Amino acid sequence: MPIADADVRWVKAPKLGLLDRLYFPAIAAGLGTTIKHIFQPKVTQQFPEERPDLPANYRGLHRLNRDADGRVKCVACYLCSTACPARCIDIVAAPAPPEWKDREKYPEMFVIDELRCIYCGMCEQACPCDAIELTSMFDLTGLSREEMMFDKEKLLSVFDESVKMGKDPIRTKAGPLSCASEPAGESTTDGHG
Amino acid sequence: MDLSTIITIVVVFASLQGIAAGLVYVERKVCAYMQNRVGPNRVGPVGLLQILADGLKFIMKEEFVPKYADKVLFVVAPAIGMVAAMLSFAVVPFGATDNSGGYQFIIAKNIDIGILFIFAVSSLTVYGIILGGWASNNKYSLLGGLRSSAQIISYEIPLGLSILGVVLISGSLNLERILWHQTTGIMDWNIWYQPLAFLLFMVSAFAECNRLPFDLPETEQELVGGYHTEYNAMKLAFFLLGEYVHMITTSFLMVILFFGGWHFPWIAEPNSWAIVKLLVVLTKVAFFIVFYMLIRWTIPRFRFDQLMALAWKVFIPMALVNLVAVMFVKEFEQSLWILTGVSLAVLLGAGLIVAQPPARERKALA
Repeated sequence: MPIADADVRWVKAPKLGLLDRLYFPAIAAGLGTTIKHIFQPKVTQQFPEERPDLPANYRGLHRLNRDADGRVKCVACYLCSTACPARCIDIVAAPAPPEWKDREKYPEMFVIDELRCIYCGMCEQACPCDAIELTSMFDLTGLSREEMMFDKEKLLSVFDESVKMGKDPIRTKAGPLSCASEPAGESTTDGHG
Repeated sequence: MDLSTIITIVVVFASLQGIAAGLVYVERKVCAYMQNRVGPNRVGPVGLLQILADGLKFIMKEEFVPKYADKVLFVVAPAIGMVAAMLSFAVVPFGATDNSGGYQFIIAKNIDIGILFIFAVSSLTVYGIILGGWASNNKYSLLGGLRSSAQIISYEIPLGLSILGVVLISGSLNLERILWHQTTGIMDWNIWYQPLAFLLFMVSAFAECNRLPFDLPETEQELVGGYHTEYNAMKLAFFLLGEYVHMITTSFLMVILFFGGWHFPWIAEPNSWAIVKLLVVLTKVAFFIVFYMLIRWTIPRFRFDQLMALAWKVFIPMALVNLVAVMFVKEFEQSLWILTGVSLAVLLGAGLIVAQPPARERKALA
């Protein structure tokens, strides 16, 4: 759509007076600003010693949640790996052990390639039982590509660690309503929510 | 040449380099504080060993010469820049000097062309920049060198003209004598009679040192690194050291020419201890160096045509009027205070003239 002439407003550069042309008031004001900043509190964060206070909806390293019994919550439905735009989740499902009454399958293998992941959070959106979540851990490093392939044990240990941090993700509603904590009657709290 | 002179040379040149290296740290700190950061603080207490770390980095890096560069000039250019900057310090009295037999805080005493020597030698630094730009065989470097030559040649003129008033008032080109002329009281400092000349000198000195807002030769956005795009390691360090030494020298000049050198009422009078005088002059110089840095992070860079217009259309006429006023006052033995008035009048007049709309616009209005 072309711009209508009525909508065009012509702006003229402001006229500079004597004081403006002498530059000094502007330079003095500028110096005032810079000097004022010298005495202002500093915003620098001394990173390794001082950690940033990240919001609870930060999307960092993944974790695989445990249920109240300490088992992996995942039911190996493949919804997360299907949703994943980076195709970084690799799951191998297996029939659940007979004593696990609440589900048919569990992940025998659950590997996330943290180098391929784009941290979009679509896996946790897709997850029907809030088994996968993104924590606020952001400083993951590794010396090799193999090291950055996080398997099931590692992801579960991330859960153990992030529960200790006392800062749980808020997007999912892990806990009583989760399908993995059925049937009713069992413990409905798992330490995070 | 006696032993004490040799020792002075060694001590002065060594400490000049050390201070120049330290100024890099100070610059980074001042810059950081102005941007609400804390600056280098990891190496040593409050980051003080950063100076050492930077120096080590420069020394340990590979000395790389581009394949198509002019090898000889490429190596010689930074040396010329550095040596010229260092050499001009030879006639600067960095403390008290007199005719007694005591220690003299100057390398070359009683050089009657002192100020001329400084201008002559320090403008040689532009050779380092031009040669560096040319020898790099790189278009960005060459453009940086060309800009620098145009800029430095232009600003030499207001720099020299602004000083002439001070030289006429003191009746000497000798820096020591100009300094002594101001030590009888705070009212004898040249700043009172030559405020305009001080302004012109300071701004021109900024331009001579290639400091912001006049750092056109090394504008990152347009010219990558300017004349030192291809330089690294110690050769780059030489360019930077030269720049900082130039800064120190011009700060000393401002203090000596306009602010009474080591003189400060009640604290450093002519009969005070030499160490007090030394401290006073160093404090004044430190003030100006910090001012350099404050200005650097306050004012944005000029456009090249604005830079040239400022030198040729504003500074040179103003300096000429100021010079004529000094000649008038000296010839007819009037009070020096007239010059203060003239300075202010010239400044306001210049402002009024440029506050007029340009001829093109005036025609459109009529």
